[in-house]
Formats: sequence, C-alpha cells, structure tokens
Amino acid sequence: MKKNEFLAELRGRLAGLSEADLNRSLDYYAEMIDDRMEDGLSEEEAVNAVGTPAEIANEILGEMPLAKLVKARVKPKGRMTAWEVVLLILGSPLWLALLLTLFAAVFSLYIAFWAVIISLWAAELALGTAALAGICVLPVAITQGNVWAGIALFGAGLVLAGLTVFGYYGCLYASKGLCVFCKKMFRFVKGCFIRKEAVQ
Amino acid sequence: MDIQLKRGLLDVCVLAAIKDEDSYGYQIIKDMKPYVEISESTLYPILRRLEGAELLTVRNAEHNGRLRKYYHITDLGLARIEEFKEEWKELLSIYEFVTKEGVRNEEE
Repeated sequence: MKKNEFLAELRGRLAGLSEADLNRSLDYYAEMIDDRMEDGLSEEEAVNAVGTPAEIANEILGEMPLAKLVKARVKPKGRMTAWEVVLLILGSPLWLALLLTLFAAVFSLYIAFWAVIISLWAAELALGTAALAGICVLPVAITQGNVWAGIALFGAGLVLAGLTVFGYYGCLYASKGLCVFCKKMFRFVKGCFIRKEAVQ
Repeated sequence: MDIQLKRGLLDVCVLAAIKDEDSYGYQIIKDMKPYVEISESTLYPILRRLEGAELLTVRNAEHNGRLRKYYHITDLGLARIEEFKEEWKELLSIYEFVTKEGVRNEEE
C-alpha cells in the first residue's frame, strides 16, 4: 500500500472526528512513514511497519472519550439523499425512542452507581455522628444526675465507633469496586461503537 | 503484564526518551527499542495524553522540506520522572521481600 492510499483509508475510517483531531492523527502517521522512508525503507515497507489503517483507527477511537466517540459516529458520513431524510423523519418515533431508551439506560445505571456509593457513605457518616454523640453525652448526663444512662450511652457510642471504623473500609472497597465496574461498563459501551465500525 | 501498570510505565519511558533533548516520534520509538518495543499506534495516544496533562509540549520544526513534530518535556514532566523513581524504590523493596527465601529462618 502506498502512503497516500494508507492516509486516505485512515481518513475514511476516522470520518466524523473533528477536523483538528483528524488532521493531527493523519499528520502523525504521515510523519512516521516519512521518517521510516528516510531511514532507508521503501514506501510500502514503511507503510506496512506502521500498521493497518483498521487497527490504527480502532486504537484512536478506543482512546477517545465516550461523548466524543458517539458524536463522531452519529454524524452522517456524506450528504443524505431526500429519501433518506424522509425515511429518517418517518422512522423517528421508532429510532428516537430506541436511542433515548439506550441513553436513559446507561444514564440510570450511572446514577444508580453513584446513588449506592453516596448512600453507603451517608450511612457511614450517620454511624460516625451517632458514635460521637453517644460518647459526648456522658459528661452532660453526669452533670444532670443520670450517671447510669450516661455510661450506657457512652458504651453504645464506643460500639458505634468500632462499627464506623469497620464500615469505613467496607465503604472504601465498595466504592473502589464500583468505580472499576463503572469504567469497565463504559469501555464495553465504547467497544460496541468501535466493533460495529470494524465490521462494515 | 497488567495493562494499567504497563500503560503508566510506558508514559514514563516516553518522558525519559525526551528528557535530555527534544525528540520526534520515530526517534522516540528507536531510542526505546532496546528496552521496550512500542508501536506507532501505541505511542500516539501516550503523546496526546502527556500533552493533555502538560507533561510535554509540542512544536513543529521544518525537516527536509516537511514539518516534523518535536516533543519537549516540561517541568511537570521532569517531576513525574522523579516521582516514578521514588515509587520504584518502594516497589523494589517489596520485590526483595517477595523473592527472599526463608523470611523466618533469619529471624530465629
């Protein structure tokens, strides 16, 4: 494959990226091929050494943030014919609903993750506050004459403080685990977009 | 090797490749080759990431009638290398412990 063919194919596979992103990628690979040719390789050898446009395009798309990727993929590749526009409008009750559902599903999963994390920490905060209150109430209870009640509350406070320490690590690991899972999920969603491209 | 770990390591390798003087893509790959093989398509996102994090800057310079991008390390980039060295000392002592034989026997 010649350098120009290589760059043209890469451009085609990256269609939809912003002009700046696209030119940056193409400049980079053009420079790589030129440098290899200067190093003594033939044009074909230099192009082969850099890799196939399909692999490179997948790698570039895989590194992109999800929002940018979706935008790039949703953007039509050429001008649409009148019929396509009519079909698009007629079909909108269907595809719009499906698209919205997909986004709503991803979004609600995301919210659910955060809700779990926030509620875990809220419970942890409540435990900690209750522990502190139990411990602090002792001197107040003593001055008011309720010594036994004060000691009982103090004990309860200590137990809660212990639970708080346990809970802290539980929350920490749960949050970390959820974050990792969340990242994996987003990578999977991204993967769906990229794989579709590769099949075409 | 763990992907995240390797990714972080390659970032520092690229910084090290431009530490002493500015360099360009193909030269970076050639300089790293004796130590770690890296492909163009792996290097590209690393360079963009490092530029985004302001660990390096990019400038265009003319070379043989075409433009070539040269990468220049920033103070932040140099600091990242130092940070890496510190982290590695810690890891080395862990490695020593993991590979040591007869942890107990020496104490007794």
